[in-house]
Amino acid sequence: MSLTKEAPPAPATEPVLRKPSTRRRLVPYWLLLPGILWLVVFFALPLVYQASTSVQTGSLEQGYEVTWHFQTYWDALTDYYPQFIRSLLYAGTATILCLLLGYPLAYLIAFKAGRWRNLVLVLVIAPFFTSFLIRTLAWKTILADGGAVVDVLNTLHVLDVTSWLGWTENNRVLATPMAVVCGLTYNFLPFMILPLYTSLERIDGRLHEAAGDLYATPATTFRKVTFPLSMPGVVSGTLLTFIPASGDYVNAELLGSTDTKMVGSVIQTQFLRVLDYPTAAALSFILMAVVLIAVTFYIRRSGTEDLV
Amino acid sequence: MPVLRWLRRHLIVIAGLLTLAYMILPNIVVMVFSFNKPNGRFNYSWQRFSTDAWKDPCGVADMCGSLSLSLQIAVWATVGATVLGTMIAFALVRYRFRARGAINSLIFLPMAMPEVVMAASLLTLFLNMGAQLGFWTILIAHIMFCLSFVVTAVKARVMSMDPRLEEAARDLYAGPVQTFVRVTLPIAAPGIAAGALLAFALSFDDFIITNFNAGSTVTFPMFVWGSAQRGTPVQINVIGTAMFIIAVLVVLAGQLIANRRKKAQP
Amino acid sequence: MTQQQTGGDVRLTGISKTYGSFAAVQPLDLTVPQGSFFALLGASGCGKTTTLRMIAGLEEATTGTVTLGGRDITGLPPYKRPVNTVFQSYALFPHLDITENVAFGLRRRGIKSVKKQVDDMLELVQLGDFARRRPHQLSGGQQQRVAVARALINHPQVLLLDEPLGALDLKLRRQMQLELKRIQTEVGITFIHVTHDQEEAMTMADTVAVMNAGRVEQLGDPADLYENPRTTFVANFLGTSNLIEGEVVSTGTDIVVSAGGGKLRLPADRCPAPTANGGRLLLGIRPEKISLAHRDDADEIAEGRNRVTGRIVDSSFIGVSTQYVVESPAGKSLQVYEQNVERRARLTPGAEVVLHWNPAHTFGLDAAQDIDAGVETVEDAA
Repeated sequence: MSLTKEAPPAPATEPVLRKPSTRRRLVPYWLLLPGILWLVVFFALPLVYQASTSVQTGSLEQGYEVTWHFQTYWDALTDYYPQFIRSLLYAGTATILCLLLGYPLAYLIAFKAGRWRNLVLVLVIAPFFTSFLIRTLAWKTILADGGAVVDVLNTLHVLDVTSWLGWTENNRVLATPMAVVCGLTYNFLPFMILPLYTSLERIDGRLHEAAGDLYATPATTFRKVTFPLSMPGVVSGTLLTFIPASGDYVNAELLGSTDTKMVGSVIQTQFLRVLDYPTAAALSFILMAVVLIAVTFYIRRSGTEDLV
Repeated sequence: MPVLRWLRRHLIVIAGLLTLAYMILPNIVVMVFSFNKPNGRFNYSWQRFSTDAWKDPCGVADMCGSLSLSLQIAVWATVGATVLGTMIAFALVRYRFRARGAINSLIFLPMAMPEVVMAASLLTLFLNMGAQLGFWTILIAHIMFCLSFVVTAVKARVMSMDPRLEEAARDLYAGPVQTFVRVTLPIAAPGIAAGALLAFALSFDDFIITNFNAGSTVTFPMFVWGSAQRGTPVQINVIGTAMFIIAVLVVLAGQLIANRRKKAQP
Repeated sequence: MTQQQTGGDVRLTGISKTYGSFAAVQPLDLTVPQGSFFALLGASGCGKTTTLRMIAGLEEATTGTVTLGGRDITGLPPYKRPVNTVFQSYALFPHLDITENVAFGLRRRGIKSVKKQVDDMLELVQLGDFARRRPHQLSGGQQQRVAVARALINHPQVLLLDEPLGALDLKLRRQMQLELKRIQTEVGITFIHVTHDQEEAMTMADTVAVMNAGRVEQLGDPADLYENPRTTFVANFLGTSNLIEGEVVSTGTDIVVSAGGGKLRLPADRCPAPTANGGRLLLGIRPEKISLAHRDDADEIAEGRNRVTGRIVDSSFIGVSTQYVVESPAGKSLQVYEQNVERRARLTPGAEVVLHWNPAHTFGLDAAQDIDAGVETVEDAA
């Protein structure tokens, strides 16, 4: 084989300044196009439709028309403010409970579990794979009247206290706010634990030693070092819990009563049963606005971008 | 008091294990009640032991049909969301382009929005377009809300990847396609797998968005929801238990394989 | 100041640490005098860091006690010990700025006005301008000084340094060695310094304890350790030694040993090993103590010096010196460092040479040991 044949002819004359080829410049856009288009058409556009629906008037039979009828918003708020407040209250309580319950477990997995770590992680994630509706129904059994849990709480007079606080009624747990919050907490705990675990696990163990070396007791070490360093996990965990919890209606419907209805229930009923689309759209829009404002404010306040 | 001191010392472990118990308890109840023989239509209180439901898991009308529908939707939603999401993730990490901020928020927003809001707004779109609610509308919705989660999972992995690995591949005579197939993709694979797994779980278990956009089609979660009103067959618990056991086994098997590999190459 | 003079010694008595069946530290007795700069030197895994962590209270001792100025602190948690640590790769709190990192210990002890002390301390480590930065905005050397300041501000009775310079590049390391030495002289606190770098240990410490496999092999001031190693491990780990095995021919004030077909002498007081006629002995000589003469010039060597003949197999020019490797019947590869006072053109690989040195520079070791113990292999050095 002759080598000379393969050698390319020497490039002729002066070098040309080349722009990156158009094809290469377009690569990111081609990668983005299908997914982004999907989100624009099926996420962003629907929000626009919903906004428009919320200011329409008319009826199912005669069709709806945009009339800029903002009164719908006012009516929706005055009619359903108890459900709104309840939603935020229940979701907030469940979020705090998730944090209180989830933190020790995340801490346990990150620092204390040793060779059991993977097993515990599996146990945290595994419930995901049983339909959450089935698991929520299981709470009906656990909290049933005359069941072990209610008996114990009765014997310890816990239910007297919670009844006095208005969390339970008539010495029962089912169909009370407590049952709904308990279900919400249960359903969204993994969303709290996983981000917490991720940020705790990143903490260099020597920082604990260094704090101990510098006269911090274990409690102070937690307060001054561990907790501040886990803030990114706390922030994303609370968001991942609060946002879905505020719109949830499954727990309220399955474990609660008509007195524990949350705003999600109302939206669902208005949309699918009453077929009052403008009111439902307005309610949904208000919920979205409230959540987005709360989230933005919360992220600003917690200033996570300041952390490493 | 030695007991008190012991308690104080192990406070975190005890609290953590209690939380774990709280999380596992419903699964145990579901499992136990899959062997129940209830009186009447609701399977909420224990009567007596029976394996009837396990012997005839599809003995309830429409349940297994809804289960298979849910599985189909989950598989297609996973495929769709994983492909689209991985493409977006690579574009976001590896390329510079305009409107990056807008695109980032478009991906973040679906995760920062209560499900019911997305469900309701998507329904208004479908109603306005006069779309026939059913399998396709459910699939469209599922791909939509799984997409952001896949992007997040894949992005995290690709970002932690050393770009010099790709440079090394190119230095060693791999073309762009080869570099992607031989180096980039294998390294990003765990992130893609995590995203796909998450998408599958989210889609299979979704109720709220599906409930709005399903029309008269019934997925498994919708079947469970309906049965909570009409009467809960024991077979629901059988399916729930089987899903739980399969998931745990799959994860444990994966762990075992990973451990083996670690031992094989010290 | 009386308490400072007598009361601050760190005393380890029979202290040991075992993990399962693995003994990380064998029962160990050690006294670190108040105000000294003490180095624990050894290869990785020799138990030096574990020993340090037991003093800090970060590791519970399996047996034995730690006392500080006569007070038993074995059972105290780290936050109750008057001891502070400069951690390996520093362990600075990433969420706090430099001031708050340095003030951390003071605040934990309830001291409110920390500004003055922090400023002074940052001045001492020459970081006054960086008070409001975060750790990750500082270079490695600066982070290292913050770690020192953060520990020193608490006026510990003992400062523990766990490989404090390990993450720095060579030049910075030399600089920080002098810096740490300066700080120690200035504050007068006991420093216990763990390192695997023998040069670092010798430059900085007054007393060095050489550790190997969970034991202290030998303890002494750097010059003494270097000149009079008592085990082959110390002889090889601290610098380089030529070890020649031979048979004892006669004893007295000088011991005469026959090795490699010749007779070599060494002073009896430099041989800690038991000697008897006919017994085996290891003779040690440092490479820089040996002179090299071409075989043709052998007559010019003064009487009474130890001589070994051999052939140069390798030579490398270092600048200040030239290092030769010589093959001889006495030892397979003897090292010789010659100062480059004048160029010696004839000493090239292949040349037949005579190695000669003052017998007083020879030390003796028990021949029952592994002759290569402590020799740095390629993997160790990596």
